Amino acid sequence: MRTLDLIQIGESVSVKGIDKNSNIKRKLLEMGVTPGIEITVEGCAPLGDPINISLRGYRLTLRKQEAHAILV
Amino acid sequence: MINIGLVGNPNSGKSTLFNALTKSRQHTGNWPGVTVEKKEGTLKHKNNSYNIIDLPGIYSLSASSEDEFVARDYIIKDNPEVIINVIDATNIERNLYLTTQILELEQNVVVALNMIDEANAKGTRIDVKLLEQRLGVRVVCISALKEQNLDELIETVIKCVENRKNSNVKLLDYGDEILSGVNELESIIKNCKLDYPKKWVALKLLENDTYIEKCVQECGVNNIKEIVLKISNKIEEALEFDSEIIIADRRYVAITNYTKDCVSKYNDEKATFGDKLDKIITNKYFGIPIFAVIMLILYELTFTIGAGLQEYAGWFIESIGTKASMYLEGIGASDIVVRFVEGGVFAGVGAVLSFLPLVMVMYFLIGILEDSGYMARAAYVMDRLMRYLGLHGKTFVSMIIGVGCNVPGIMSARTLENKKDRMIAMLINPFVSCGARLPIYLVFIEAFFTKSKGLILFSLYVIGIIVALIMGKVFSKTLFKGEQSYFVMELPKYRIPSIKNVTLLMLEKAGSFFKKAGVVILPMMLVLWFLSNYPFGVEEYSQFSILGRIGVFIAPLFKFVGFGTWQAAVSLFTGIIAKESVVATMGMLYAADGISLSAAIQFNFTPLSAMSFMIFILLYTPCIVTLATIKKEANFKWAIFTAIYTFVVAWICSAVIYNIGLILGFN
Repeated sequence: MRTLDLIQIGESVSVKGIDKNSNIKRKLLEMGVTPGIEITVEGCAPLGDPINISLRGYRLTLRKQEAHAILV
Repeated sequence: MINIGLVGNPNSGKSTLFNALTKSRQHTGNWPGVTVEKKEGTLKHKNNSYNIIDLPGIYSLSASSEDEFVARDYIIKDNPEVIINVIDATNIERNLYLTTQILELEQNVVVALNMIDEANAKGTRIDVKLLEQRLGVRVVCISALKEQNLDELIETVIKCVENRKNSNVKLLDYGDEILSGVNELESIIKNCKLDYPKKWVALKLLENDTYIEKCVQECGVNNIKEIVLKISNKIEEALEFDSEIIIADRRYVAITNYTKDCVSKYNDEKATFGDKLDKIITNKYFGIPIFAVIMLILYELTFTIGAGLQEYAGWFIESIGTKASMYLEGIGASDIVVRFVEGGVFAGVGAVLSFLPLVMVMYFLIGILEDSGYMARAAYVMDRLMRYLGLHGKTFVSMIIGVGCNVPGIMSARTLENKKDRMIAMLINPFVSCGARLPIYLVFIEAFFTKSKGLILFSLYVIGIIVALIMGKVFSKTLFKGEQSYFVMELPKYRIPSIKNVTLLMLEKAGSFFKKAGVVILPMMLVLWFLSNYPFGVEEYSQFSILGRIGVFIAPLFKFVGFGTWQAAVSLFTGIIAKESVVATMGMLYAADGISLSAAIQFNFTPLSAMSFMIFILLYTPCIVTLATIKKEANFKWAIFTAIYTFVVAWICSAVIYNIGLILGFN
């Protein structure tokens, strides 16, 4: 299984789960990152990190370290 | 009085609605986290008064940062008569996530679909009647900004008060596994004394809410962690995911059912203007340079538009001053009164007030930036760079807010989830040059550096930010080590800034600037004027007056940094009460020479010592209100620490600049 931080810009993927031990699991869930939802990686900030993604019709930014907790 | 709470996601327009309902001027902006405190106001409607409470935005009832705790505790503990759940109609799905949880508490809820005009323009159609039916509460479409349909909202809310239900927790259908887990936990905690409803607490335990877990532990159930883990493991075995994920997932399933056939979007796929703009503004290569250019333009514009206005204001105040003293002499007022009005009021307070237009221009421009949606982008663009320094992207936002005033800058550190990030953000914020320091730079720039005004001003701000960042790095390496932080932030949609909003914000700031001049600076000028004329008989504003003697006593401290005059020392001291008073004090003390403030400064400073003085002003001990805010947000010790360390940093920086300048042959 891949993690979201490895996904190329422009690619769309479906969420399979969230790393059980991640300390931001709840934050991700309340922002709408739940199993089965489609995420598109829209771009990255200067220096390649954080990234910005779109899901459920809105834009979210997160660091690669956090994206690593999202299984796709 | 009846309490009506405004609850909703960050940036859904709660404060804008609050302002419209209560005719207030709370700070609003287009980025998540503008409001970090509970604010109250009064709505007057048909001879009745209602208490409206504006709350910080939350995404769910699971709080993780300081501002979120405020909102959650208000909803659950204070039990307001009605909750208006403000929803951003352009982002309805994610906004309803909070709604599902509020509905579970069975309080009196009215849903306000805000920004409905914007959603409609983007091709979203919402069948309100159907949505009402499914949610089981009244839904009203509004535009808080354009004040559309607010009467209907108010009427609906009032009706809701009249038909008040008793609150009673009724959970969503989370499936048998979760619900039996909730029942099991509920029976375990049934004898606990808790401020929250038991069923809700049981659900929160399955969501691994550490705060709730601690509450339960404190009331006697010591092994709650193990019990929850056991139930959670059972659920995970049965359903593949742990209880926390299942609960969130079921909520989103419920939302899909609510919105099915009643929310439709037409142009979902098309790349919008905002997406294209983001490709440039947050670009890998251009993102940071664009940020720098935007800030430079901000300062250049402040000068080009503001300077003309300031000259006019200065001339206006001066002419009133002349008329006033002529009038006073005419009615035979005593010499002392005339001298005080000339020296203290017009040369002192007047010097500060003449900068009002310029400060207003700056607040207007910052308001435009805040309303456009750029602030969140700035945090996003700067986060990586900030992380090299052990800081957080949102720290940068608190610094940009500090450009207006350090007090809200420090308050906005509440949005940082992590204690370490929050403390550092508060401690370094005073180095960000606030609006009140602006007049001081302007006086000195006007006197010595007329060729490159905007650039000098811009570099002062940059130096402030660099010093803040360096100190941030130092603190994260020494005082607050090791805590992990994270960065998950919503990017708001770009919006054309509302001239009304921005103007209101500017007028609000202008009002408080004006008020400060009257309430703080004027009385202080009275005291200083007295001290600089006493004992009577000494030459006024001379070093033999009491004020002069105090100044002479402190002045040697600043000899090494280039401005060891007693006037400078006294001004700096008054600057700790309010930064604007530096200009007022100088205006009064130098007015004695009968020349303009600018000329007096040229006479008493050299370009090099002026530079050193500006750096010192930029960095030294923040004003008393800022220190009080640090005391409130952290504690007394940190406030004292801030007062001292900023002074030391300022002295060292000025000493370095002044002495290197001397060696290089500047003067």
